[in-house]
Parts: sequence; structure tokens; C-alpha cells
Amino acid sequence: MTISIPSITLSNIGPLLTLTVAGLLLLLMDALTPKGKKGYFPYLSLIALVIAAVQTTMLWNRSGTDFARMIYVDNFAFFFYLIFLLATGLTILISIKYLEDYHRNLEEYYTLLIFATIGMMLMAAGGHLILIFLGLEILSIAIYILAGLFREDVKSNEAALKYLILGAFSSAFLLFGMAMLYGATGSLFLDDLAQAIKAGVGTNPLLLFGMGLLIVGFGFKVSSVPFHMWTPDVYEGAPTSVTAFMSVGTKAAAFAALVRIFFLVFPEIKMEWNMLLWGLAVATMTLGNVVAIAQTNIKRMLAYSSIAHAGYLLVALVAANQLGAISFLYYLVAYTLMNLGAFAIVILVARKKDDYINIYDYCGLGFQYPALAAAMSVFMFALAGIPPTAGFVGKFYVFSAAVEAGYIWLAIIGVMNSLISVFYYLRITVLMYMRPAEADLGPVTMTPAISSAVLVTAAGVLAIGVFPGPLYELALNSVKIFVGL
Amino acid sequence: MIEYVWLVPLVPILGFLFNGLLGKRVPKWLVSLVGCSVIGIPFLIVILIFREYLQLPADAKPVEVVVYNWISSGNFNALAAFLVDPLSLIMMLVVSGVSFIIHIYSVGYMHDDEGYPRYFSYLNLFVFAMLVLVSANNFLLMFVGWEGVGLCSYLLIGFWYEKQSASDAGKKAFVVNRIGDFGFLLGIFLIFWTFNTINFREVFSIAGTNFEVGSLVITAITLLLFVGATGKSAQLPLYVWLPDAMEGPTPVSALIHAATMVTAGVYMVARCSALYVLAPVSLTVVAIVGAATAILSASIGLAQNDIKRVLAYSTVSQLGYMFLACGVGAFVAGIFHLMTHAFFKALLFLGSGSVIHAMSGEQDMRHMGDLKKHLPITYWTFIMATLAIAGIFPFAGFFSKDEILYKSLVDGHILYWLIAAAAAFMTAFYMFRLIFMTFHGESRVDHEVLHHVHESPPVMTLPLIALAVLSTIGGFVGIPIIEGANVFHDFLAPAIAHVHRPEIHYPISFEVSMMVVSVIIALLGINTAYRMYIKRPELPQIVTEKIPLLYDLIYHKYYVDELYAATVVNPIKVGSDFLWKGVDEQVVDGAVNGSAGVIEWLSYHIRKLETGYVQNYALAILIGVFIIAGYYLGR
Repeated sequence: MTISIPSITLSNIGPLLTLTVAGLLLLLMDALTPKGKKGYFPYLSLIALVIAAVQTTMLWNRSGTDFARMIYVDNFAFFFYLIFLLATGLTILISIKYLEDYHRNLEEYYTLLIFATIGMMLMAAGGHLILIFLGLEILSIAIYILAGLFREDVKSNEAALKYLILGAFSSAFLLFGMAMLYGATGSLFLDDLAQAIKAGVGTNPLLLFGMGLLIVGFGFKVSSVPFHMWTPDVYEGAPTSVTAFMSVGTKAAAFAALVRIFFLVFPEIKMEWNMLLWGLAVATMTLGNVVAIAQTNIKRMLAYSSIAHAGYLLVALVAANQLGAISFLYYLVAYTLMNLGAFAIVILVARKKDDYINIYDYCGLGFQYPALAAAMSVFMFALAGIPPTAGFVGKFYVFSAAVEAGYIWLAIIGVMNSLISVFYYLRITVLMYMRPAEADLGPVTMTPAISSAVLVTAAGVLAIGVFPGPLYELALNSVKIFVGL
Repeated sequence: MIEYVWLVPLVPILGFLFNGLLGKRVPKWLVSLVGCSVIGIPFLIVILIFREYLQLPADAKPVEVVVYNWISSGNFNALAAFLVDPLSLIMMLVVSGVSFIIHIYSVGYMHDDEGYPRYFSYLNLFVFAMLVLVSANNFLLMFVGWEGVGLCSYLLIGFWYEKQSASDAGKKAFVVNRIGDFGFLLGIFLIFWTFNTINFREVFSIAGTNFEVGSLVITAITLLLFVGATGKSAQLPLYVWLPDAMEGPTPVSALIHAATMVTAGVYMVARCSALYVLAPVSLTVVAIVGAATAILSASIGLAQNDIKRVLAYSTVSQLGYMFLACGVGAFVAGIFHLMTHAFFKALLFLGSGSVIHAMSGEQDMRHMGDLKKHLPITYWTFIMATLAIAGIFPFAGFFSKDEILYKSLVDGHILYWLIAAAAAFMTAFYMFRLIFMTFHGESRVDHEVLHHVHESPPVMTLPLIALAVLSTIGGFVGIPIIEGANVFHDFLAPAIAHVHRPEIHYPISFEVSMMVVSVIIALLGINTAYRMYIKRPELPQIVTEKIPLLYDLIYHKYYVDELYAATVVNPIKVGSDFLWKGVDEQVVDGAVNGSAGVIEWLSYHIRKLETGYVQNYALAILIGVFIIAGYYLGR
């Protein structure tokens, strides 16, 4: 019997390898380094991320699969690599001071972030459903721990536990769905699944149920209604930096997998899923925006805001055309920048620990800290989708895609939702500039790391908002793999 | 040097930024130095460009300098690009030169004003916008300058904004100008719609080859553009803002409301001469509006007592002349008069500023008189400007005005000539009335004020002298009759289109006799003023009593402001009041607040679903699963 060893090219997973090595190295060093001398860990992690990013750019324009078709090597995956690396890097920048305020010896924090990033990358690149599931679990387990990072804090504990229980619950559905797909087609490779569907197993009930359960599993991760209910509680209870990471990283990763599966495997049977997702998109957008209005805790408000943004992204998924795919990528970059930027400000305004996270703590910020308030306004305008920010261009692409695909009403509902969202986003700006401070909350301490995160995100939001062209081209380049659109 | 033409508008805006941002923190002399030199430098650049342009071979002219691609969308392209041709060169020279002189003058005039840096930053910004307006190579960039000068005019009219009348005047100017701008903008839209481009040269060449004389769309375009011109250049029916604009500082009146901005409309019509010659109807409208404005405002000028208002109505009237010239197809004559008018009218305003300065702010001529000996330099320069505007040989105004009168007769209609001649008579009369009331006769000056009457400092009188020289000899660039002596005409000719009509050659004797006639008309006006205000000072009183109704009508400016208030302003006010309180507050706000209320109610109720219990959340997921399963089962 001969065992054929598939030829593998390690450089195809170079970024993942780098991160893996870096993560393990950090763990090892954590054990060997005396307390109080670990201040350089975050910077080490950043260096690893930068190396991974450079490797990714060098891989750009490679195509095909590797590791016995388990891994896709294509621009779509690379684009997401870069989003993840950006999100993780920014998260690290905004975490340093926040964690120091808690006086915690939390060096495993950075290791976990890096492992989570590896999980996300596997989800974006996975060519086999099990690999995607593995990536999801690597990501999720890291996040469970991160959410419960503050062991003494009841809320942090509650967040971690809720997320763990419900995450396990939804993972079960995801796996069940994969099993059904296997039952229907006899394979878990995305390529094979696509072949089988082309060959005409399209209306097999097993396949449809499997697909539906995939929607449940990923819908949970992207916090789509009605699988969203964990979001506000977990976002509120988890450490703010972790919330920031979850809100962009997890969402982007789950959407990466969702988009790849739906645009690669299921475009042929679009009619079977578009109306279902249509309904989910409308419910998600509407619920997120409507309930965000009633929130006075800024972390909860941003939680509902992230639900609403998941709804907008689902609109791009429903459109299922090339512009939809492009708008998807563009929107995720924009969302990463504006949401992380907003969370950076939340951390800053909260002063020490999470002392001030009520929206009324933002009163008068415009006079005390004009630069901070200006940056926050940029993020709020961007999240609300007002030009000339990236948020506007992103929404413009998403809704154009919906219109182009013939979903006029979906676009109208989306625009009306944006209108509702203006209320709670601009409320923050109004409070900052038009209300005097209610009490002296003490000084905001800016560190170079978090300042640079604010600067990068604010500048980025404006830059890709004013000059969307280059990013659009990059996204166009990345979605060419979806020939079925 | 030509490729650096973009420096011409750019340098003034640096002054605007400097004085606007730092003006309050730096010493005054630095504000003056920066404020003046950012105008002086462009002036020098324009002179260099002018010299270079003259030496260019004919096939290299005109020059277009593209700075960058400003807007590009579909087949619409707007470049930030400048056109260097005879017309824009003349305009750039006049604008930067006169601006420079007036900036210098302002150093003295505004010296004690609190808003000194603010004043210079606005003035610099104005020059930037004006230079963009005259040097742009397309309609949109021209419109940027067009709006920019409007903004600066508003800011500078209301410069003393604590004064109610000043801020009202600024508002009035802005609103009236907006009406005109609306027409201009529609004209630009129609141009793009028709020609698919907004570049001047492309539009004009397409128009010349593809459109017949009398084409409807060209007529519409030119009329719309002319609506813009009536607003900016204070023509009937939109002239009402200019007299009120005299609330601004006097150098502003000289620069913006006499020499440069108000002539933008004339420049624009001349720039678009290639379109206007295709639209005889529009040309007739331009001529009629110009002539009517000239006579109407000249007649109002007869009875005004505020020294600046006399000059303001005179400006409106002279602008009417320029449009009359354009209307009969004599675009060159219009631009010629624009230039000479810039010299002598700026001088008149600056001179009146010098008088007002000496009189501690008094503007009413009834409280002046016999100032000649106190203000010798002001007086003599003022005399030269007045002779120029009256059209006395050999002052600058003679050449340009005579050309307009002559052209309106031979290329226009005898009626045009009669109206223009009557207006010329009135101009000579009211200008000398002004001279006599201000500088001659018996002193009616307050004793308190008389003590302080003094000639202005050199920083103000030197600009007067410079302008006086220009007002005196500036006309010699356009000597008529002698072949080749009209260098102004020959230089400008390539940039101007000609009306297609059979050439008629009149004998030289006819042209010469018309010149004599026009000078005689001016002398008659002067003589009448002399008789009424020097020889028999009681005469004006008798005249007013003899024709009380007519005098009242003129004195109250034909009640045009009141007419507009009754027919336009008030109905709009009433209508907007209804739209505000009736429609907006009740219907629109009601709907908005109502739907917001519904959303809010929903928000507070849906949030209750968020119980905090994990089992409820899991149930929600399960429900979701059932819905999806049900969806697939039910199909």
C-alpha cells in the first residue's frame, strides 16, 4: 500500500505559522519572565502581527488550494487576514493601558488574542467545513477566556459563562448542519459541495436543512436576530478591549466563512436562501437600531449598534452579486476602523477601569478634550453613515448592491434604519458639544499607544471615505474567486 | 512665467490665511505688510506674464494652464485650470493693480479700526476670488470665484456688523445676488447639457460650428447667464443692493462695488461673446437693460445728498453703459470702459473716503462745502476723476464713453444713443454737483468738525495720485479713428467674437463730429451744475418746488425698494410664515416626532425581551431554528 504524501507549500500558511510561533513563544516567555518585566509583550505581539501582515502582502495574488485542498490560498482569504491583523493590532494598542489600570498580570491576554487571530484566519481560508469549524472553535475558546478575564468581576464572569453556554449550544447546530450537508453530498470539501449542488442535489431537504443550520451557527457568531440575545450582556460584561475585539474580529471571521460558503457553494440555489436572509437582515437591522435608542450604557449601545451593522452586512449577502461581495469587504474594513476607534474612545473616557461608561459621562467632552471629542464625532458620523466617512461609502456600496440585485425594498428599509441610527449616534455628539459636563470626572490619560490607535482609525475612516477607490479595487481583486455571482 | 499663472490667485489666499489665523497675534505693521504684498506680488507676476504673452507666437495663444483635475464624474470634467488670453490678462491686470492701490490706501483708512486684521483677511480673500473669476478656463471654476466675491462682498458690506444698517445691507446684497446666481447656475447647467463640456473654448467653438444664429437654446443660455450678470453687476431689476452696499468701509466700496466685483457681469458677458453673438434677442435684452439702468440710476443720482450714494448710483449707471456696449456688440468698448471706469471710479470713492475721513465720518454733502483749500490733493485728484467720468477730452473716460456712444448709434439704434446721451448729461451734472457741493461754495461744515479737517496722510494720498494718473492717461491705449492707434482694441480682438452684420463705413468726419457732440453734452451738464450750485445757489430749491412730484419720485429712488418690499419680499415672508408655522411645525414636525415617538415606544418595549436569563436566549435560538425549519418545510 502506498501512502501518498500531498505536496505542501509552507509559505502558503506563512502568516498562520508566524502567529502560532509567536503565540507559543509568548506563553513560554510568560512562564520564564519575572513579574513586572512583561511590559514589552504587547509590542512583541505587534511585531508578530506586522510580520504576518507583510507575509500576507507577499502572498497576494497567489491562488489555488493547499494542504490537500483544506486551505484556500486566494486573495479573499488574504484580504480577511489583513482585516484580522488590523483588528488585532488595534485591539492590542487600546488594551495596554486598560489592562494596566486593572493591575493584573495578564500576559496570557496577548497570547489568547493571537490564537484567536489564527482561528479567524482558518475560518477565512478553510476549504473544508471541519477546518472552518476548528477555526471557529479556536477563536471561540480564546474569546470565552478573554471575556472572563477579570475573574473577580461578577459581570465578566457572567459574560464568559453566557457566551460559553450559548456558544456551545449554537456550535451544536452548526455541526449538525455540517453533518446534514455531508449526508446530502458525501463530502465536506467546499469544492465538492459546490460540484454536487451544480450536479443537482439542490432541493434535497437534507441539504436545505443543513444550510439552514449553518445560518443558525454563523448567525449566532455575527449576532443576527434572533440569535443575537447574548450580545448586549456579553459585550457589557466583558472587558472593554475584549468587547472591541469581539465586535469586529469575531463578526468579520464568521462573515468571512459565511460569505465564502454561500457565494462559493450555494449561489446556484440562491432562490432557496435569499428570502430567508432577507428576513434576517431586516429583523437584525431593525431590532439593533430600534433597541439601541433605549440604551444609556455606551457598551450596550455599541452592542446593539454592532447587531445593526450585522444586518447591513447581511443585506450585502442577500444581494449576492459582485458589488455585494465587494461592498462586504469594504464595509468590514470600514466597520473595523470605526468601531475599534469608538471603543478606544470608550476606554479613554471611562478613565480608570470601567468607571464612566454611561452616555451622559460624555457631556461637555467637546470642551474639555476637543481632539478626543472630534475623533469620537468622526466615528459616530461614520457609524451613522454620513459622508465623507468610510461608513457612508460602505452603506452606499451595500445598498447599491441590493438595488442592483433588485431588492429595492431591502435597500429602502436599510436606509430607513440608517436614519433611526442617526439618533443614537448623534446623541453622543450632541452630548459632547451641547451639554455642559455634569460633574468633574477627572483627567483622561492618553498614552502613545491608544492615541495612535485613535489617530489611525480616525484618519483611516476619513481616508477611505474620501478616497474609496484603492480599497474598492483591492476588494474587487479579492472577490473574483466567486465566479458564480 | 505663464505656467505659473496659478500663483496669481494663490498668493492672495496665503495672505487671507495668514491674516485670518494669525492677524490678531502679530503686530499691525506685519498685517499691513503681508496684506499688501500678497496683492503686489501677483500684480508683478501678471505684468511678467503679460510681457511674455506679447512675445508668444500667434499659434501658441491663448494658453491654458491645468493645475489639477478637480472634479471628474462620468463625462463631466471640471479642471482647476486657468486661461491666459487677452481678456483674462486685461482683467487680471486691472484687478490686481487696482486692488494693490486700494490695499495701500486701506492701511491709512482703516488704521484705527479694531478689526484691522479681519479687514485685510477678507480683502485678500476677495482678491483671490476675483482673480479666480477672471482667470478660470471653465464655467464652474468661474462660478467658484463668482460665489467667492459674493461672499466677500457680503462680509465686507457688513464689516461693521454691530451696526444694524450695515448687517442689513450685507444681507440684502447677499440675497439679491443669490437670485442672480441662481440664473447663472441654471445657465451653466444648460451649457453642460447642451455642449457636454464647461470649458470656455470648447463651448465657444462648438457653439460657433454647430449652432445657427438665433438658436433657441443659446438664447436661453445667454439670457440665464445675463440674469446672473444683473445680480452681480447691479442692473435692472436687481440693482437695489448696490446703493445700500455703501454701508461698508469706503475702500471696499472702491474696490468691490466700483472697480472690480460689480464688473464681473460685464466680463462674463464679454467672455461669452461667442454665445451672445448667436443670440440677437439676448443682445437686445442686454442693451435695453443696460440703457434703462444707465438712465434710471443716473436720474436717481441727481437728487442724492450722501456723497457715497451719488457715486453708487453713478456706478450702477456706468455699468449700464458697459452692458449697453455689450448689447450692441461692442464688447471691446464695454471692457474698455470697464477698465477706465475702474480707474476713475476707484479714485472717486477713495477721494470721497478721504473727504469722509477728514470730516470725521460725515457723508452728507449738505454739511460740506469749501473743502478745496483744506484738502488740496484730494480735490485735484477728484477733479481729474470727475472730468474723466464726465467724458471730457483727453481724460480716460472720454475715449471709452465716446466709443460706447458712437457704437450705440451706428451699431444699435438712435434711441440707445439718445438715452445714453441723456445719461451722460446727467452724469456730468450730478458729478459736478457733487464737486461744487463738497469742495466749493460756502462752508456748511460744523465748527466742531472744521477744526479737525485735514488732508489725509501720504499712504492715502499717494494711491489717489496714482489713480489720478491712470484716470488721465489711461484712455490713450484706445485712441479711435487713427489706424493702429487703438492698441487696446487690437490686443483684445482675438478673445472677442463679432456680431455678424454688414460692415458700414462711416466717414471719419461723422465720427469726429459725434465726439464733439458728446463733449458738448458733458460741458452742458457741467454748466448746468455750475449755474445751479455756484452762481445761483437758490436755484435747486426753486426747481424742486416747481416739480415736487417728480423730485419726490427721484429723491425716493422711484420707490423701487418699497415696490419690491410690497410685491416680492412681503408675499414671500407671509408665505414662508405659513410654511413654517402651518406646514413645517404642524405637518412635517408632527410626522417626524410622531414616528420618532413610535420608534421610542418600540425601543423601550423590545428591550424588555432582553431578560438576562440564558435559558430565554437559548429559547430564542431554538425558535430561530424552528422558523428556518418551518420555512423550508412550508415551501
